[in-house]
Amino acid sequence: MALLEVRGVTSGYGQMEVLHDISLEVGSGEIVSIIGPNGAGKSTAMKAVFGLLKPWQGEIVFDGKQIGGLSPDRIVQLGLCFVPQVENVFPNLTVDENLDMGGYLVRGSLAARKQRIFDMFPRLAERRRQRAGKMSGGERQMVAMGRALMLEPRLLMLDEPSAGLAPLMVDVIFETIRTINDAGVAVLMVEQNARKSLELADRGYVLATGRNQLDGNGDELLDNPEVARLYLGG
Amino acid sequence: MTETPVNLQPRPIERIRTLMASRLGGVILLLMVFAIILIATLVKGVPTQQLVSLTVRGLMLGGIIALGAIGLTLISGVLKMANFAHGDFMSLGAYMALLAIALLPTGQPMGPFSFGPEFLAALLFAMLVVGFIAWLFDRFIYRRLRARRTMSVVIAMASLGVALLVRSLIYISWGGDFSFFYTGRARPATAELFMGIRVRPDQLFILGLAVVFIIMIWFVLERTRLGKAMRATADNPDLARISGINTDRVVMWTWFIGGALAGASGVMYGLDAQLRPEMGWFLLLPLFASVILGTLGNPYGALVGALVIGVAWQVSSAFLNPAYGPAVAFVVMIIVLLFRPQGLFGKAGS
Amino acid sequence: MVTDGTLAKIILLALPLAFLAYRLLPQRFPLALTLPAGIVLGAALSTVTITLLPPGIISYVVSFVVMASIYSVLTLGLNVQWGYTGLFNIGIAAFFAIGAFTSALVTTLPPEGAFAQFSQQLFGLGAPFLIGVLAAGITAGILAFLVGIPTLRLREDYLAIATIGIAELTRLIFQNERWLANGPQPLRGIPQPLKCLVEDPVCAWLPGPLQDVFGGLAARDYVWVYMLVVTVILAVVFLILERMLRSPWGRVLRAIREDEESAAMNGKDVARFRMQAFIFGAVIMGVGGSLYAHYFISIDYSHFDPLYATFLIWVMLMLGGSGNNRGAILGAFVTWGIWTGTTFVIDEFRPVLAAISSDLPARGPYFRFTLISLLLIGILLFRPRGMLGEEKEVTRP
Repeated sequence: MALLEVRGVTSGYGQMEVLHDISLEVGSGEIVSIIGPNGAGKSTAMKAVFGLLKPWQGEIVFDGKQIGGLSPDRIVQLGLCFVPQVENVFPNLTVDENLDMGGYLVRGSLAARKQRIFDMFPRLAERRRQRAGKMSGGERQMVAMGRALMLEPRLLMLDEPSAGLAPLMVDVIFETIRTINDAGVAVLMVEQNARKSLELADRGYVLATGRNQLDGNGDELLDNPEVARLYLGG
Repeated sequence: MTETPVNLQPRPIERIRTLMASRLGGVILLLMVFAIILIATLVKGVPTQQLVSLTVRGLMLGGIIALGAIGLTLISGVLKMANFAHGDFMSLGAYMALLAIALLPTGQPMGPFSFGPEFLAALLFAMLVVGFIAWLFDRFIYRRLRARRTMSVVIAMASLGVALLVRSLIYISWGGDFSFFYTGRARPATAELFMGIRVRPDQLFILGLAVVFIIMIWFVLERTRLGKAMRATADNPDLARISGINTDRVVMWTWFIGGALAGASGVMYGLDAQLRPEMGWFLLLPLFASVILGTLGNPYGALVGALVIGVAWQVSSAFLNPAYGPAVAFVVMIIVLLFRPQGLFGKAGS
Repeated sequence: MVTDGTLAKIILLALPLAFLAYRLLPQRFPLALTLPAGIVLGAALSTVTITLLPPGIISYVVSFVVMASIYSVLTLGLNVQWGYTGLFNIGIAAFFAIGAFTSALVTTLPPEGAFAQFSQQLFGLGAPFLIGVLAAGITAGILAFLVGIPTLRLREDYLAIATIGIAELTRLIFQNERWLANGPQPLRGIPQPLKCLVEDPVCAWLPGPLQDVFGGLAARDYVWVYMLVVTVILAVVFLILERMLRSPWGRVLRAIREDEESAAMNGKDVARFRMQAFIFGAVIMGVGGSLYAHYFISIDYSHFDPLYATFLIWVMLMLGGSGNNRGAILGAFVTWGIWTGTTFVIDEFRPVLAAISSDLPARGPYFRFTLISLLLIGILLFRPRGMLGEEKEVTRP
């Protein structure tokens, strides 16, 4: 049984249905990427999994437990963490404090965990006392991911981690995702940069107009001429 | 020859604003406020001793206002709403203490103070009651409005309704006249501080209590999980939820603490002056002025703001009709809004 | 009927009723039809009402209409600021008071002789009523301009706090500065327009037959005359506002209200429009203040405390429906009805109150505050758009 299973989820905002009968799964330790055009509902799918949106139909099962409809603060306790695309740090708190907030639910000392985060992101170690809001895009993304990793989740969800970053930073971030995954954390990410994310991913899903279109191994999708034409920019 | 297009040249007012937005600007702002007051006292020939005496009084008044302002700024920061009922929460606190004192057996005055141990019990009672009621209003009114994504202005309007509701109940229960915590008791002798300035022991108690509360607040905010959760929720509520913080609980505690502090502030004001049903509404303007001067959401800033407002208020009574006290707070607030709307400790554009 | 003033009263009541009837008739009928129909309906209603209802009740109704109309004007002013433009003005009392006092000062004469010892005022021009009204509006507008410069570009919460401050400051000034308007003592002797209609001999400028008709009116019937004055001004303000709402200016305000960013990107100077709306609303509030002053004849700072002069008007607008001029007027009438109606109800309850505590009956008026505050909270919780308003006025997209 997969770590995360989304089966036939329909949801939306207010009266507007955005997701129609979406299904996907993430196995333990896998990297899964969701790609597709703008407005395909990729971010919406993330939000539905993480409890920021209520699913109208369908099931969401994480580690054998039904999480559809639970609130984020409950879901996070089960080992599933989320990094939103925007406003993903506490701007007026320092890097240190951001990590502290990430570890809010942890009883006991955070020192060891923070050290592991700083080992992964040496740049952050240098800037511990800096306010997160004042950092560059790439550094902020690191803080955001560090915050989410403080709870040592089994599955990390990332909403467009490379958005708005300079090409050099994009590579760094994808490298980091690989490192995180090597440590045993499954990753589910939504990405605009389809090529890079599929190169990294074990499997991928293509979403368009709120529906599943294609899915397969990362390599299969990379080689698929349809996908190449539509999403990989040649 | 090329000219700079007219609308690209920063107008003088914008140059001033840029200067004021820098770190230095905060200092300039403070100096401006004090300069105005000092000049006015010089022009009117106010004797130095009176000036110092008024400044001391102002610091004490500032301490009282600070408790209310800290609660108000916490609520503003975490809930992103202007609580126009905060002044009336202060009044409620004072009257709850009055009720408790009436019900409890009256003890002998303690030491040099005008009150007995029942006053401390009454203070605690008042704080708990107001804290609870503040939460109650949120639970049944503001929370529903937030769930409907109501504009924060409309939520503020609801708080105006709550303010009047509280005040009207006070009017109905106690009438419109003045009251005192203790009637028919001789006022204890004043003590001399220095330079011939006399203060009442009660006032020193109030100041001391304010300091104690402020230290407690600091401790909660900086050293407890709750405090960190409050700061995180104020900074980014969605991310706080995503981090596992139960923001409903944070909101509940924010109202409780804010309300309790307001209640304490009201009790102390009532001890120092007297009780009237409008006492809180009357202080609303100085409260907001302190919060804005000290930067919205910053409790330490609110303390500083309140002290400044308190001093400005008292010192201005040397050359203005004392009735204009709140108006002085208003003028300070307008100066802040004109030149540095983010307050002393904020960043531009926040 | 002619000589006892009844006909005069019928005429005085018929005019506003006729206007109301004309407005309520479906607009698709031609003017040539609706106007005379309105007049006939108004006259008929008026005659029926006056001849059938007991005089005590009718006088009460007329006083009610006067106060409700004055408040309607104020609510219309607030509607321009909040309903059209989204400006949260909790300092209505400032503009209300300044309009009232300006009109009073402009239309009275400085006290002479023995009176000068008891009453002071800054100036007194002895000008006619309409000049007073005009001056009231202009002064309120100027105050709005001065207040608006530092505050309008701020967040709505800050604007609200600033307006509280202005109202407080205004109240303090009128309370403490004797030289301005005799504060804290009342400023008396404010003249009443068209007073000659109830005097003996009646106005010289009236044509002969009308002199007989109006000659029958007693001094205490003046409220009928004032009702006509107030309702005419209310009607004028209403028509002007309806016009402005449909004009290009009104449409820009609408656009700014719905989506400020795209309006700004379309080149509209948002700040200027907001200032214009703020001033315009304030001018109307000033006019309302003037109407108030000439009704009460004697005013002081306590007339303009935040409860009666700000809070009540907000309830009126929210009840009627913000963004809607008809809603504003309806809200004013209904709220004023509730406000005055509760006096009767509370009187009925006096024995019950007295039984609970001997202090309570004297505090009867405070129960109205509780009621009105619950009314506002209730409206915001359960029907934020009020009776006639639109939902999107209060929620975020």
